[in-house]
Order: sequence, then structure tokens, then C-alpha cells
Amino acid sequence: MADAGIGLWTVPLAVIGGAIRVSTPFLFVSLGECITERSGRINLGLEGTLVMGAMSAYGISYFSGSPWIGVLSAGITGALLGALHAGICSLPRVNDVAVGIALMLFGTGLAFFLGKPLIEPTAPRLPAIDFGWWSDIPQVKAALRVNVLFLFGVALAPVLYWAFRATRWGLLIRTTGESSDAARAMGHSVLLIRLRATMVGGFLAGIGGSFLSLFYPGSWNEGLSSGQGITAVALVIFARWDPMLCLWASLAFGGAAALGPALQSVGVTFGYHLFNAAPYFLTLAIMIITCSPKRMLTGAPAELSITR
Amino acid sequence: MDFSSISRRRLLQGSAALTLGTALGARSAAAADTTIGFIYVGSRDDYGYNQAHAAGAAVLKKMPGLKVIEEEKVPETDAVEKTMESMINLDGATLLFPTSFGYYNPHVKKTASKYPKVRFEHCGGLWTDKDPKNAGSYFGYIDEAQYIAGIVAGHTSKSGKLGFVAAKPIPQVLRNINAFTLGARLANPKATTQVIFTGDWSMPVKEAEATNSLIDQGVDVLTCHVDGPKTMVENAARRGAFVCGYHVNQAPLAPKAYLTGAEWNWEALYPKFVKMMASGEGIPNFYRGGLKEEIVKVSPYGPAVSETARKHADEVKAKFMATGLTIFKGPLVDNKGKTVIAAGTERGQKDPELEKMDYLVEGVIGATA
Amino acid sequence: MTSEAVDPVEAVGHIAPASDAGFLQRFGATIEYILIPGAALAGALVVFGIFVALFGKNPFDLYFYMYRGAFGTWFSWQNTLTRAAPLILTALCTALPAQLGMVIIGGEGALLIGALSATSAALVMPSAPPLAVQLAMAAAGMIGGGLWIMLTGALRQYRGVNETISSLLLVYIALAILNHLVEGPMRDPASLNKPSTREIGAANMIGSIPGTEVHWGLVFGLIAATVSYILIYHTTFGFAVRVAGGNIRAAKIVGLSVGKLVLTICFLAGACAGLSGMVEVAAVQGRTNANLAAGYGFTGILVAFLARQNPLAVIPVAVLIGGIGASGGLLQRRLGLPDASVLVLQGIIFVFVLASDALYGRIGFLKGR
Repeated sequence: MADAGIGLWTVPLAVIGGAIRVSTPFLFVSLGECITERSGRINLGLEGTLVMGAMSAYGISYFSGSPWIGVLSAGITGALLGALHAGICSLPRVNDVAVGIALMLFGTGLAFFLGKPLIEPTAPRLPAIDFGWWSDIPQVKAALRVNVLFLFGVALAPVLYWAFRATRWGLLIRTTGESSDAARAMGHSVLLIRLRATMVGGFLAGIGGSFLSLFYPGSWNEGLSSGQGITAVALVIFARWDPMLCLWASLAFGGAAALGPALQSVGVTFGYHLFNAAPYFLTLAIMIITCSPKRMLTGAPAELSITR
Repeated sequence: MDFSSISRRRLLQGSAALTLGTALGARSAAAADTTIGFIYVGSRDDYGYNQAHAAGAAVLKKMPGLKVIEEEKVPETDAVEKTMESMINLDGATLLFPTSFGYYNPHVKKTASKYPKVRFEHCGGLWTDKDPKNAGSYFGYIDEAQYIAGIVAGHTSKSGKLGFVAAKPIPQVLRNINAFTLGARLANPKATTQVIFTGDWSMPVKEAEATNSLIDQGVDVLTCHVDGPKTMVENAARRGAFVCGYHVNQAPLAPKAYLTGAEWNWEALYPKFVKMMASGEGIPNFYRGGLKEEIVKVSPYGPAVSETARKHADEVKAKFMATGLTIFKGPLVDNKGKTVIAAGTERGQKDPELEKMDYLVEGVIGATA
Repeated sequence: MTSEAVDPVEAVGHIAPASDAGFLQRFGATIEYILIPGAALAGALVVFGIFVALFGKNPFDLYFYMYRGAFGTWFSWQNTLTRAAPLILTALCTALPAQLGMVIIGGEGALLIGALSATSAALVMPSAPPLAVQLAMAAAGMIGGGLWIMLTGALRQYRGVNETISSLLLVYIALAILNHLVEGPMRDPASLNKPSTREIGAANMIGSIPGTEVHWGLVFGLIAATVSYILIYHTTFGFAVRVAGGNIRAAKIVGLSVGKLVLTICFLAGACAGLSGMVEVAAVQGRTNANLAAGYGFTGILVAFLARQNPLAVIPVAVLIGGIGASGGLLQRRLGLPDASVLVLQGIIFVFVLASDALYGRIGFLKGR
């Protein structure tokens, strides 16, 4: 191999780089969903939230000139969609899985509708921090150009882990998820707690979307998400509602997404369609291995409709 | 047929003077406008394939006596048959441009036999003489423009490594990759092109990952063949690589990194078609051409293109414009060492063998399967 | 709508509560089933009208074009029914498992696998008479799709894997398998720029319902929906399914084999979606390629939920959603609304219908029960 190339090292480097670049949306959506599901409700609509977040972040960044305002507005959009989900779910006899599917459709449709004029313009992007300063190899430098949102997500996972265990509201969310009667007996409004949990979940998913449009791949178009939001929801289940496991799972997913192109670049060309589907195979395999029909999943909130 | 004698501007002025409305409208009600329907498979402002067609449609919109209707994101299922019929039945369209390759078989064929009075112009060059006479196919030899882009890329690359982000290993894509590589090797005989297939026409995350992987391999000039090159162009430019565009001019996305690009020139072709219809001579069922016929064009050179590169590229372009130039000629060896075109054989643009291309030429790193 | 039927009831209800109890017991639920979704639909249309009004479009134009595009002419009706045909079958893929309390959203995957299986069946029997080929295709499509969803059911039953998530993951896997086969082992070398399997042959195509241009998929859908309805509501098997869907523990106590029910229902559900894949091949595309992934499986989920998982109600809802799809083109062309309007409207309707679930048994004048 010639001077500038690094040959087979591309693959592990791309997987690490991919883990950093591609994992952030998975991380934010899964952490958000983790909070929502811990409160006993599932929001499958985060795919729609992610896409709405991506679109609104791009639009606001373009019109305001500040990507950070874009990120914030993506979060607010997500929180509003979360509130809508929680609002509808709080009606009697309404199924939260169905509402999620409805909002997936609605969110995606609305984002495509409003985002039409945003496909062409170029909006200001989020900056990156250079963590590869110690290396002379440009590939390493590039792989370690990290966005602040990624760091924020990585920091959020242990914070949530701790908060679920040690803080009052963490306990409250978990209580609501385990037994709404218990929460009610303690004098709390179950609906209100779930509303907040779903809004926070939506907020984080919206921010995950802003990463897609404002950092990587870094522009708005209609194929941007390609199911990352819904995959991230699946990820929460096999991460057993544990924020730290969500972090590792997201990183594994990002790495898996980078695997296909990286393998081709070093000459493994067979079956790239199958390699591209690697993240889905991976999720399914892990779910098959970790689930069991005999007992309820460890860590599963008892009130969650999909685990009952 | 010699189309080059009419320049684009003269054509536009000419057609305006012809008062197309009366010429075409004579067939239907007196002063009614001729309605032309455009159907796109994706979003018409994708900075790529669909936008190129929409730019052509936009030129027609400005011409008097024409009414242009458009529908985007129409899938390649019976939905497109219904869209075409709806444009005919509800809007009175008499000329249709179903622009996506996958619309032709079976959808355009089926609808064309059902509506013999409507003209169907499909982009893709698939028409054969067994197909309905009111259907037609047009396509451009965009590999000519890729060849020139390759020359510029070959001169500009310092590492001699070029990258190509491609959707699927189909003949049209392989032909572009090969032409780009052959062009690059005119400039730098040691140049190589590394290819990554993303698997589909619009996969932003995969395209971005492919771009990064290529640059990690030392590639410093990239081009692509996907529906929307925006992702590749922006991500390559961010990492300091140079890019050659595709479909339309992407220079506004990366003014410094943009070298040149292979573009469609539908805004020149579509008015010609309309004029042919108006004059009564009709559009040929099979219509193809390259740079000379103004169906494709090369983007203006960017600031990073050296004087040598410009000169070399312009020379080759002049040959295309004058007499035509054969890109694929023997002896040509593929990247597995097999001779694919024997010495002495020249495969001109119209050679049907080129339509079946299933190899990557020597100098391309990658495989077709 | 149902005003004639409702008003007298209301009147009676006020005067003689005792005498109306019988009537309401018999018809109250039916009235609710029409009145509540109808009101939800009307509410959704009003909200959508306000939504487009925000973008400066006249909502009454909107309603007019929606009506015209979907049901306004004979052509529009056929357009609507053609689009409804695959949706009935894919909706059953969600509606049947719902009887057991399972939420399956992977109909798209079963459709793709069904299409692949059906195509393979046709390709291995090139010289058989058309009817035999068609029957083999239908059988293969149903078995392929059936096994695909049965896998989801088995994972749920024996490994406790959530069926909603696994069925969705299997969609992406099915698509990867399809692309891999179509571009590799099953590729017709003559399908140059649109990788596809070989064609099943014109003689083996199933064609349209006589006198219309709507393909036979509509009839298959009507039959499948009716059979499903009878199966669920008028057989012992269906009763067992509904018992298990209501309360798994009770079902086990009375000795039902829940595992068998889950697998059977999932197989039937997948068979419906697989059949729709077969129809797409045998009535529309004539071969398998990436065009088959047109999202019918996903729209089917919407149809099933709007029909409240009732197999018979799936039929009118599929026609409604087909009509919205059919009118989408006119909304783009006449009103300049983006293609995503259809998605937005579908989303709004979905939200309204779900929210209206809260109303059942709560409407004042129907509360006699």
C-alpha cells in the first residue's frame, strides 16, 4: 500500500470512527426511550421524532445561522411530539404501541412536508472537537473528530444510570413503571409522570435527529434516518432498560453500520447488501440470545405493554 | 442527425418565436395549452438526478403555450401507471416525461399501448422496435463527461488514488467508473480508482461512511454515482478532499473542493424535443448523444484545477465536440487481468456491447459482485 | 351519514328509556362502529384542511381535488381500487395477529419474501401451463410469507422476543436478502441497469378483473378478508384465538395450546402479505426487483389499526387509504402541495381514530347499554 493509505487498519479504524460518528442518534433515541419505557410506556414514534428533529434543527439552523439554536429547537419539537403521544395515551383504552406507529407516520410526514424547501440550502453545521491532536496519522485524526453532542450523550448514560437508582425522580419513574398503583398510592399522578417521561424522551430523540442533519451525514434529506429511530427503540429492549447498556449497544450499532463500506474499501466485496443489514441481524441475534419465554426480561418495567 | 448546428440560446429564441401553443395546440382545442407531465422518482431538489430533470422542466415552463405539470416521489410500481393516466385523463397531458429508469418496463410500455395518442419520453434508452411507437427513450453518454472529469481528477490527485461512491454495480454505473478511471490514467498512468457500492440510490449514512472509508484509504479526489451527491460532496470537502460532481453542478456546496463534474443538459434537450413535436417531424424513438449533441455537459472548472489540467481536459473536450472520440477501445484489460476489448477493436458510444458492461477496467480497485 | 338512524333513537331514548334498551343493545355497538370512526375521519379532514390553509391553500379546493382524484371519475375509482388491493392483504398481516394481542408490523418483509418465493416457483416450472404456474406461485408466495411471519411468532412464543420489534427487523433483513438475490444469484443477465430476476412470462400474468383495470389482487383481498372474518368470529378456532387474545392465562387453564394458535395465526397473517407479494409480481411487475419494496406492508399497518383490527372493516379502510393515495397526485399538481401531504393526512387520521377509541361506550345517547 502506498504512503497515505493505512491498508487493513482501515477496518478497525472505520469501525471505531463509525461507532463515534454513527452511534450518536442511536444513543440519544435509546436513552430517551429508556426514560419513557421505565415509566411504563413505550413510544414507537421516536422514528418520527428523530426525523422531525433533524428537519427542524436544519431549518432553524439555516434561518437563524446558529446550529445550537437548531439543536434546541429539535429538542423542543421532540418534546412536543412526546407530549402529543402522552396526551393521546392518557385517554382511556388507547394503545400506546398504536399511537407510536401513528406518530411515526405523522412525524415523518410532517417533516417531509415542511422540509421540502430545506433539501437544497446548506445550513451552518455543528462544530467538531479535535481529539486526534496527538496523532500524526490523518485517518486517526479524522476518526477522532468528535462532536460535542456525542460527548454529551456519553456523559448522559452514566448520569441516567445513577439517577434511576439514586434520585427521587428516578425512583418515581421506576415506581410508576413497576406499579402505577403504588405511584398513585404515594399520591403522584401517573399520567403526569408519564407525560414528563415521554416529553424528556422526545426531547432527547429530537436532539438525536439534529445530529443527523447538523453533523453527520450533515444535511437534510428524506432518506436521512432510514429506520435509525425505530432500531434505537429495539435497542432499548435488548439493553434491558439500562442506560449504560444502551451506550454500549449504540456504539456497537454505529460500528456495525460502518463495517459494510469499510470492508469493501479493503477488498471484501461479497454480499455487501448482507453486510449492510448487519445491524439488524445483530439486534435480532442479541434479542434471541438474551430473551427468555420463562421469565420476564430482567429490568423490564412491569407496566410496559410490550412485556406483559 | 446533426443537432449541434442549433445552439441552445438560438433554440430557445426560435421556439418562442414559433408560438408553440398554436402549433401544438392545433391538435386539440383551439388555443388550449399543450400540457406536459414530468414524473420524478425522488425529490426534485435533491441536488442530483431528479433536480437535473426538474431544471429541464423549468425551462419548458417559461416557454409560451406550454403547461408543465409535475409529480415527485412516484414509486416504480403501478402507482406510476396511475400517475401517467391521471395526468392524461384529468390534466389532458399529451407529452409525458417519466424520468426514472425503472418506470419503463413494464409501466411505460403498458400505458403507452393504452394511450396511442400520447407521447411518452422515457429517460434511460430502453426503447426497442418491439415497443409502442408513441414511446421513446433518450439518454446521454455521460461517460464522456466522466472521462473529462477523470482527467481533471488525475491531474489534481497527489496520492494518485481516486474514490468512487456508487449505488449498484449496473452497466451504466460501471461505465462511468471505467470512463472516469481511463480519463484519470491519461493524466496519471499510475492513478487508481477505488469503488464502494452503497447498495441503493439514496443512502445518506452509507454514502457518508463510504466517503470516509475511501479518504481513510488515502483517496484525495472523489466522485459518485448516486441519486443525490450532496452527502458525498459535503463530507469529502469537510475532510479536505477534492470532488467531482455528478448529475448537476454541486459547486455551490463546496466551492473550493469542487473540481468539475459530469452534468446532464436536459435544459437544452427538452426544448429541442418540444420543437420537434411542434414542427411535426416528431421525436425519434431512440435518441442518444453526448457532449457534442448537448445532452451532457462538464461543470466549469473549480479554482483548484491547475492550468495543465484545464488545458488537457479542454483538448479532449474539443475532440469530443469535433469528431467524437472513442473512450473504450482495445486493448483494454479489466482489473482481473482479462482482456475485455481486443486490440484494434473500437467500441464507439453506440456499440450495444457497452450497454452490457460488467467489468471494471485495470486501475479500478473493487469488484462487480 | 347515520343521522336518520340515530335521531329516532335519541328521541326514543329521552321518552322511554326502558323500551330502547333492547334496540340499543342490538344496534348501539354497530352505530358506534360507524359513527365514531366517521366523526374521527371528519375531524381529521377538518384539521388537515386547517393545516393546508396555513400554507395559503384553499381547503375547499383540497376537499374537491381529493374527492375528484379518489372517487370523482371512473378512472379515479379504478386508481383508488388498484391502490387498495395490496393494502387489504397487507393489513390482514397486522389484523390477524392482533386478535391474539400481538402487534406485528413486518408485513412488508413477508410481502418481499412472498414475491421472491412466488417468482422462484414460476421460474422453476418454465413449461407448465399458466394456471398451474399461477397456483404454484400463489402457494409459494403464501408459504414463503407465512413462514416469515411464523418465525416472528415462534420467536415470541419460544424465546420471548418481542414480536413488534422482531417483525420490523425482519423487514430490513428481507430487503437485504431480496437485494442480494436479485443482484446476485437470481439476477437475469439481461436486466442490465435494473437488476431483476428473470420474468415470469406474459402468459403467466394474472391480468385484470374483466371490465376494469383493477388487478385480481382486489378479489384475493376481498376473499382473504371475508375468510379471515369468518375464521375469527364464526369458528371454534377463532373463538379459541379470541379467548387467548383476551387472557392468555384463562386460555391455558381451559387447555388451549397457545403456541399452536400463535404459530397458526402468524402463518395465516404472513400468508396474506405473501399473497400480496405474489400479486405484485404476477399482476404488476412480472418479475422481482427492488421496486417491490414500495411500502404497501407499512401502509397495511395503518389500515389494520384504522379498521380496529376487524378483518371486514379492513376493506372499506383500504379503499379510503387507497383513495387518499390516488388523490395525492392531484394535490401535487393542482394545489402545489408536496407529496408528503398524503403522509401527513394519513398520520392525522391515524391519530384521530386512535384517540376516538376513548369514546366507545361514552356517547350520551348511546349509553342505554
